[in-house]
Amino acid sequence: MKVVIMGCGRVGARLAGLLDIEGHDITILDVDAYSFRRLPPDFAGTALVGDGTDEESLRKAGIEQADAFVAVTQGDNRNIMASQITKHIFNVPKVVCRIYDPLRRELFNSLGLEALSPTTTFAQMLKDRIER
Amino acid sequence: MYIIIIGGGKVGFYLGKALLEEGHEILIVEKDASRTDFIRNELGGVCIRGDGCEVTTLTEVGTGRADMFIAVTGDDEDNLVSCQVAKHKFNVPRTIARISNPKNETIFKKLGIDVTISSTNIILEYIEQEVPTHPLMHLLDIRDKGLEIVEVKIPANSPTVGKKVKELSLPAGSFLSLIIRQKEKPQAPTEKTVIQAGDQIIAVTTPEAEGTLRALLRGL
Repeated sequence: MKVVIMGCGRVGARLAGLLDIEGHDITILDVDAYSFRRLPPDFAGTALVGDGTDEESLRKAGIEQADAFVAVTQGDNRNIMASQITKHIFNVPKVVCRIYDPLRRELFNSLGLEALSPTTTFAQMLKDRIER
Repeated sequence: MYIIIIGGGKVGFYLGKALLEEGHEILIVEKDASRTDFIRNELGGVCIRGDGCEVTTLTEVGTGRADMFIAVTGDDEDNLVSCQVAKHKFNVPRTIARISNPKNETIFKKLGIDVTISSTNIILEYIEQEVPTHPLMHLLDIRDKGLEIVEVKIPANSPTVGKKVKELSLPAGSFLSLIIRQKEKPQAPTEKTVIQAGDQIIAVTTPEAEGTLRALLRGL
Protein backbone atom coordinates (compact mmCIF):
# COMPACT_ATOMS: atom_id res chain seq x y z
CA MET A 1 0.00 0.00 0.00
CA LYS A 2 1.25 3.50 -0.81
CA VAL A 3 0.60 5.93 2.03
CA VAL A 4 1.29 9.68 2.12
CA ILE A 5 1.55 11.21 5.60
CA MET A 6 1.42 14.97 6.15
CA GLY A 7 3.20 16.20 9.27
CA CYS A 8 6.27 14.57 10.75
CA GLY A 9 5.57 15.24 14.41
CA ARG A 10 5.59 12.53 17.05
CA VAL A 11 2.43 10.91 15.74
CA GLY A 12 3.31 11.22 12.05
CA ALA A 13 6.83 9.87 12.49
CA ARG A 14 5.61 7.02 14.68
CA LEU A 15 2.91 6.03 12.19
CA ALA A 16 5.43 6.21 9.32
CA GLY A 17 7.76 3.89 11.24
CA LEU A 18 5.00 1.37 12.02
CA LEU A 19 3.77 1.18 8.43
CA ASP A 20 7.31 1.08 7.07
CA ILE A 21 8.19 -2.00 9.14
CA GLU A 22 5.20 -3.77 7.64
CA GLY A 23 6.59 -3.12 4.18
CA HIS A 24 4.29 -0.32 3.00
CA ASP A 25 5.51 2.37 0.65
CA ILE A 26 5.56 5.54 2.78
CA THR A 27 6.11 9.19 1.83
CA ILE A 28 6.10 11.67 4.69
CA LEU A 29 5.75 15.42 4.15
CA ASP A 30 6.73 18.24 6.46
CA VAL A 31 7.41 21.93 5.91
CA ASP A 32 10.48 21.72 8.15
CA ALA A 33 13.27 19.26 7.31
CA TYR A 34 14.35 19.30 10.97
CA SER A 35 11.19 17.34 11.84
CA PHE A 36 12.52 14.30 9.99
CA ARG A 37 14.91 13.66 12.90
CA ARG A 38 11.95 11.95 14.56
CA LEU A 39 11.86 9.18 11.93
CA PRO A 40 13.40 5.86 12.96
CA PRO A 41 17.04 5.48 11.77
CA ASP A 42 16.18 2.50 9.55
CA PHE A 43 13.20 4.25 7.87
CA ALA A 44 13.12 3.06 4.27
CA GLY A 45 10.42 5.40 2.97
CA THR A 46 10.71 8.90 1.50
CA ALA A 47 10.86 12.08 3.56
CA LEU A 48 9.96 15.14 1.54
CA VAL A 49 9.97 18.84 2.45
CA GLY A 50 6.65 20.23 1.30
CA ASP A 51 3.25 21.58 2.22
CA GLY A 52 0.37 19.11 2.06
CA THR A 53 -2.12 21.89 1.30
CA ASP A 54 -0.23 22.59 -1.93
CA GLU A 55 -1.24 20.54 -4.98
CA GLU A 56 2.28 20.61 -6.39
CA SER A 57 3.85 19.20 -3.21
CA LEU A 58 1.19 16.51 -3.05
CA ARG A 59 1.89 15.48 -6.64
CA LYS A 60 5.61 15.29 -5.87
CA ALA A 61 4.78 13.03 -2.95
CA GLY A 62 3.01 10.72 -5.40
CA ILE A 63 -0.54 11.44 -4.22
CA GLU A 64 -1.96 10.35 -7.57
CA GLN A 65 -0.85 6.76 -6.90
CA ALA A 66 -1.56 6.80 -3.16
CA ASP A 67 -3.96 4.33 -1.55
CA ALA A 68 -4.19 6.34 1.66
CA PHE A 69 -3.50 9.84 2.99
CA VAL A 70 -3.12 10.83 6.64
CA ALA A 71 -3.01 14.47 7.86
CA VAL A 72 -1.49 14.91 11.31
CA THR A 73 0.01 18.41 11.46
CA GLN A 74 -0.58 20.62 14.50
CA GLY A 75 -3.12 22.73 12.63
CA ASP A 76 -6.70 21.48 12.43
CA ASN A 77 -7.45 23.67 9.45
CA ARG A 78 -4.38 22.56 7.54
CA ASN A 79 -5.36 18.95 8.14
CA ILE A 80 -8.92 19.64 7.01
CA MET A 81 -7.84 21.47 3.87
CA ALA A 82 -5.26 18.87 2.84
CA SER A 83 -7.70 16.04 3.46
CA GLN A 84 -10.37 17.67 1.34
CA ILE A 85 -7.91 18.25 -1.49
CA THR A 86 -6.69 14.66 -1.46
CA LYS A 87 -10.20 13.26 -1.13
CA HIS A 88 -12.10 15.48 -3.57
CA ILE A 89 -9.43 16.53 -6.08
CA PHE A 90 -7.08 13.54 -6.14
CA ASN A 91 -9.73 10.96 -5.19
CA VAL A 92 -7.47 9.09 -2.75
CA PRO A 93 -9.50 6.07 -1.60
CA LYS A 94 -8.70 6.37 2.11
CA VAL A 95 -8.21 9.72 3.82
CA VAL A 96 -7.94 10.12 7.60
CA CYS A 97 -7.07 13.24 9.56
CA ARG A 98 -6.67 14.57 13.05
CA ILE A 99 -8.90 17.42 14.24
CA TYR A 100 -8.28 18.52 17.82
CA ASP A 101 -11.43 20.62 18.09
CA PRO A 102 -14.30 18.15 18.76
CA LEU A 103 -17.00 20.43 17.31
CA ARG A 104 -15.04 20.98 14.12
CA ARG A 105 -14.45 17.24 13.91
CA GLU A 106 -18.15 16.60 14.19
CA LEU A 107 -18.97 19.06 11.43
CA PHE A 108 -16.36 17.79 8.99
CA ASN A 109 -17.29 14.20 9.77
CA SER A 110 -20.80 15.05 8.64
CA LEU A 111 -19.30 16.57 5.48
CA GLY A 112 -17.69 13.23 4.70
CA LEU A 113 -14.20 13.51 6.20
CA GLU A 114 -12.93 10.65 8.30
CA ALA A 115 -11.50 12.55 11.25
CA LEU A 116 -10.33 11.58 14.72
CA SER A 117 -10.25 13.91 17.69
CA PRO A 118 -7.50 13.06 20.18
CA THR A 119 -9.11 15.55 22.56
CA THR A 120 -12.31 13.54 22.90
CA THR A 121 -10.64 10.14 22.79
CA PHE A 122 -7.90 10.95 25.27
CA ALA A 123 -10.17 12.74 27.73
CA GLN A 124 -12.41 9.67 27.74
CA MET A 125 -9.42 7.38 28.30
CA LEU A 126 -8.23 9.48 31.24
CA LYS A 127 -11.69 9.48 32.74
CA ASP A 128 -11.92 5.69 32.41
CA ARG A 129 -8.54 5.31 34.14
CA ILE A 130 -9.50 7.53 37.06
CA GLU A 131 -12.82 5.84 37.59
CA ARG A 132 -11.50 2.30 37.29
CA MET B 1 -27.15 43.64 5.79
CA TYR B 2 -25.37 41.75 8.57
CA ILE B 3 -21.81 40.94 7.53
CA ILE B 4 -19.33 38.93 9.56
CA ILE B 5 -15.63 39.43 8.90
CA ILE B 6 -13.06 36.90 10.07
CA GLY B 7 -9.61 38.37 10.64
CA GLY B 8 -8.97 41.88 11.92
CA GLY B 9 -5.72 42.48 10.11
CA LYS B 10 -5.26 45.40 7.75
CA VAL B 11 -7.68 43.98 5.17
CA GLY B 12 -10.34 43.07 7.74
CA PHE B 13 -10.07 46.41 9.53
CA TYR B 14 -10.41 48.63 6.47
CA LEU B 15 -13.07 46.38 4.99
CA GLY B 16 -15.08 46.64 8.21
CA LYS B 17 -14.61 50.38 8.32
CA ALA B 18 -15.82 50.81 4.73
CA LEU B 19 -18.84 48.58 5.24
CA LEU B 20 -19.78 50.45 8.42
CA GLU B 21 -19.67 53.73 6.53
CA GLU B 22 -22.02 52.22 3.97
CA GLY B 23 -24.46 51.57 6.79
CA HIS B 24 -24.10 47.80 7.17
CA GLU B 25 -24.17 45.93 10.44
CA ILE B 26 -20.77 44.29 10.79
CA LEU B 27 -18.81 42.21 13.23
CA ILE B 28 -15.11 41.43 13.11
CA VAL B 29 -13.75 38.27 14.75
CA GLU B 30 -10.07 38.58 15.66
CA LYS B 31 -7.80 36.12 17.49
CA ASP B 32 -5.37 38.61 18.95
CA ALA B 33 -6.41 40.48 22.12
CA SER B 34 -4.51 43.71 21.56
CA ARG B 35 -5.60 43.89 17.93
CA THR B 36 -9.19 43.44 19.13
CA ASP B 37 -8.76 46.36 21.56
CA PHE B 38 -7.33 48.51 18.79
CA ILE B 39 -10.28 47.84 16.47
CA ARG B 40 -12.76 48.53 19.28
CA ASN B 41 -11.08 51.85 19.99
CA GLU B 42 -11.22 52.83 16.35
CA LEU B 43 -14.58 51.46 15.23
CA GLY B 44 -16.57 50.88 18.42
CA GLY B 45 -17.93 47.60 19.75
CA VAL B 46 -17.92 45.79 16.42
CA CYS B 47 -15.04 43.45 17.15
CA ILE B 48 -14.89 40.40 19.37
CA ARG B 49 -11.94 38.25 20.26
CA GLY B 50 -12.23 34.65 19.17
CA ASP B 51 -11.40 31.93 16.68
CA GLY B 52 -13.47 32.37 13.56
CA CYS B 53 -13.28 28.65 12.78
CA GLU B 54 -14.90 27.60 16.04
CA VAL B 55 -18.55 26.74 16.05
CA THR B 56 -18.99 28.20 19.57
CA THR B 57 -17.56 31.58 18.58
CA LEU B 58 -19.65 31.69 15.43
CA THR B 59 -22.78 30.80 17.40
CA GLU B 60 -22.05 33.65 19.83
CA VAL B 61 -21.80 36.24 17.08
CA GLY B 62 -25.09 35.15 15.52
CA THR B 63 -23.73 33.66 12.31
CA GLY B 64 -27.13 32.07 11.71
CA ARG B 65 -28.62 35.43 10.77
CA ALA B 66 -25.63 36.71 8.78
CA ASP B 67 -26.25 37.64 5.15
CA MET B 68 -22.61 37.50 4.23
CA PHE B 69 -19.49 35.92 5.69
CA ILE B 70 -16.06 37.15 4.66
CA ALA B 71 -12.83 35.42 5.77
CA VAL B 72 -9.77 37.59 5.24
CA THR B 73 -7.08 36.19 7.52
CA GLY B 74 -3.62 35.73 6.04
CA ASP B 75 -3.94 31.94 5.99
CA ASP B 76 -5.79 30.25 3.16
CA GLU B 77 -6.64 27.15 5.19
CA ASP B 78 -8.20 29.20 8.00
CA ASN B 79 -10.29 31.14 5.50
CA LEU B 80 -11.43 27.91 3.87
CA VAL B 81 -12.44 26.22 7.09
CA SER B 82 -14.27 29.20 8.60
CA CYS B 83 -16.23 29.71 5.37
CA GLN B 84 -17.12 26.01 5.29
CA VAL B 85 -18.30 26.14 8.92
CA ALA B 86 -20.41 29.23 8.13
CA LYS B 87 -21.85 27.62 5.04
CA HIS B 88 -22.62 24.15 6.34
CA LYS B 89 -23.32 24.74 10.01
CA PHE B 90 -25.06 28.11 9.77
CA ASN B 91 -26.31 28.17 6.16
CA VAL B 92 -24.90 31.63 5.43
CA PRO B 93 -26.06 32.44 1.89
CA ARG B 94 -22.85 34.08 0.69
CA THR B 95 -19.32 33.16 1.77
CA ILE B 96 -16.24 34.98 0.53
CA ALA B 97 -12.66 33.84 1.14
CA ARG B 98 -9.44 35.72 0.59
CA ILE B 99 -6.71 33.53 -0.83
CA SER B 100 -2.99 34.08 -1.16
CA ASN B 101 -2.08 31.10 -3.32
CA PRO B 102 -3.85 31.61 -6.69
CA LYS B 103 -3.86 27.85 -7.21
CA ASN B 104 -6.36 27.53 -4.37
CA GLU B 105 -9.03 29.32 -6.37
CA THR B 106 -10.31 26.18 -8.11
CA ILE B 107 -9.97 24.07 -4.97
CA PHE B 108 -12.00 26.50 -2.87
CA LYS B 109 -14.68 26.72 -5.52
CA LYS B 110 -14.89 22.95 -5.67
CA LEU B 111 -15.22 22.83 -1.90
CA GLY B 112 -18.24 25.12 -1.94
CA ILE B 113 -16.93 28.62 -1.25
CA ASP B 114 -19.06 31.11 -3.19
CA VAL B 115 -16.44 33.71 -3.99
CA THR B 116 -12.66 33.74 -3.73
CA ILE B 117 -10.52 36.83 -3.96
CA SER B 118 -6.86 36.42 -4.70
CA SER B 119 -4.84 39.56 -4.11
CA THR B 120 -2.00 37.92 -6.02
CA ASN B 121 -4.23 37.51 -9.08
CA ILE B 122 -5.57 41.03 -8.83
CA ILE B 123 -2.06 42.46 -8.85
CA LEU B 124 -1.15 40.17 -11.74
CA GLU B 125 -4.14 41.41 -13.72
CA TYR B 126 -3.09 45.00 -13.20
CA ILE B 127 0.37 44.15 -14.47
CA GLU B 128 -1.17 42.47 -17.50
CA GLN B 129 -3.18 45.60 -18.27
CA GLU B 130 0.05 47.53 -18.42
CA VAL B 131 1.53 45.12 -20.95
CA PRO B 132 0.18 46.20 -24.36
CA THR B 133 0.81 42.87 -26.05
CA HIS B 134 -1.42 40.94 -23.72
CA PRO B 135 -4.01 39.25 -25.94
CA LEU B 136 -7.05 38.87 -23.72
CA MET B 137 -7.86 40.54 -20.48
CA HIS B 138 -10.37 39.45 -17.88
CA LEU B 139 -12.59 42.27 -16.79
CA LEU B 140 -15.23 40.53 -14.73
CA ASP B 141 -16.39 37.04 -13.82
CA ILE B 142 -20.09 36.36 -13.50
CA ARG B 143 -19.44 33.22 -11.55
CA ASP B 144 -22.94 32.04 -10.75
CA LYS B 145 -23.74 31.95 -14.45
CA GLY B 146 -20.38 30.59 -15.64
CA LEU B 147 -19.78 33.69 -17.75
CA GLU B 148 -16.99 36.20 -17.99
CA ILE B 149 -16.48 39.57 -19.58
CA VAL B 150 -13.20 39.97 -21.42
CA GLU B 151 -11.44 42.57 -23.50
CA VAL B 152 -9.62 41.66 -26.72
CA LYS B 153 -7.52 44.06 -28.73
CA ILE B 154 -7.43 43.37 -32.48
CA PRO B 155 -3.89 43.43 -33.88
CA ALA B 156 -3.25 44.75 -37.42
CA ASN B 157 -2.28 41.30 -38.70
CA SER B 158 -5.37 39.54 -37.41
CA PRO B 159 -7.37 37.60 -40.04
CA THR B 160 -10.56 39.13 -38.62
CA VAL B 161 -9.61 42.65 -39.77
CA GLY B 162 -12.04 43.68 -42.54
CA LYS B 163 -14.54 40.95 -41.73
CA LYS B 164 -18.12 41.56 -40.69
CA VAL B 165 -19.28 40.38 -37.29
CA LYS B 166 -21.73 37.93 -38.88
CA GLU B 167 -18.86 36.32 -40.83
CA LEU B 168 -17.09 35.35 -37.64
CA SER B 169 -17.98 31.93 -36.31
CA LEU B 170 -18.00 32.81 -32.64
CA PRO B 171 -17.84 29.90 -30.20
CA ALA B 172 -21.11 28.95 -28.49
CA GLY B 173 -21.99 31.18 -25.58
CA SER B 174 -19.77 34.04 -26.77
CA PHE B 175 -20.87 37.34 -28.22
CA LEU B 176 -19.36 40.73 -28.81
CA SER B 177 -21.05 43.41 -26.78
CA LEU B 178 -19.05 46.57 -27.38
CA ILE B 179 -16.43 47.93 -29.76
CA ILE B 180 -14.22 50.82 -28.70
CA ARG B 181 -12.39 52.72 -31.45
CA GLN B 182 -10.11 55.68 -31.26
CA LYS B 183 -11.85 58.99 -31.93
CA GLU B 184 -15.24 57.29 -32.13
CA LYS B 185 -17.98 56.70 -29.62
CA PRO B 186 -18.09 53.18 -28.25
CA GLN B 187 -20.69 51.20 -30.19
CA ALA B 188 -22.57 47.97 -29.80
CA PRO B 189 -21.60 45.94 -32.86
CA THR B 190 -24.30 44.76 -35.25
CA GLU B 191 -23.99 41.90 -37.72
CA LYS B 192 -22.76 44.35 -40.35
CA THR B 193 -20.06 45.98 -38.24
CA VAL B 194 -16.65 45.54 -39.84
CA ILE B 195 -13.77 44.70 -37.50
CA GLN B 196 -10.85 47.10 -37.77
CA ALA B 197 -7.27 46.88 -36.60
CA GLY B 198 -6.85 48.38 -33.16
CA ASP B 199 -10.45 47.74 -32.11
CA GLN B 200 -10.92 47.08 -28.44
CA ILE B 201 -13.69 44.52 -28.18
CA ILE B 202 -15.58 43.82 -24.99
CA ALA B 203 -17.03 40.33 -25.21
CA VAL B 204 -19.07 38.01 -23.06
CA THR B 205 -17.83 34.43 -23.08
CA THR B 206 -17.50 31.28 -20.98
CA PRO B 207 -14.27 30.04 -19.39
CA GLU B 208 -14.32 27.05 -21.78
CA ALA B 209 -14.76 29.13 -24.94
CA GLU B 210 -12.25 31.80 -23.96
CA GLY B 211 -9.30 30.21 -25.79
CA THR B 212 -11.28 29.70 -29.01
CA LEU B 213 -12.55 33.27 -28.91
CA ARG B 214 -9.06 34.65 -28.45
CA ALA B 215 -7.66 32.54 -31.30
CA LEU B 216 -10.53 33.59 -33.55
CA LEU B 217 -10.30 37.32 -32.91
CA ARG B 218 -6.53 37.66 -32.87
CA GLY B 219 -5.48 34.92 -35.24
CA LEU B 220 -3.05 32.22 -34.19
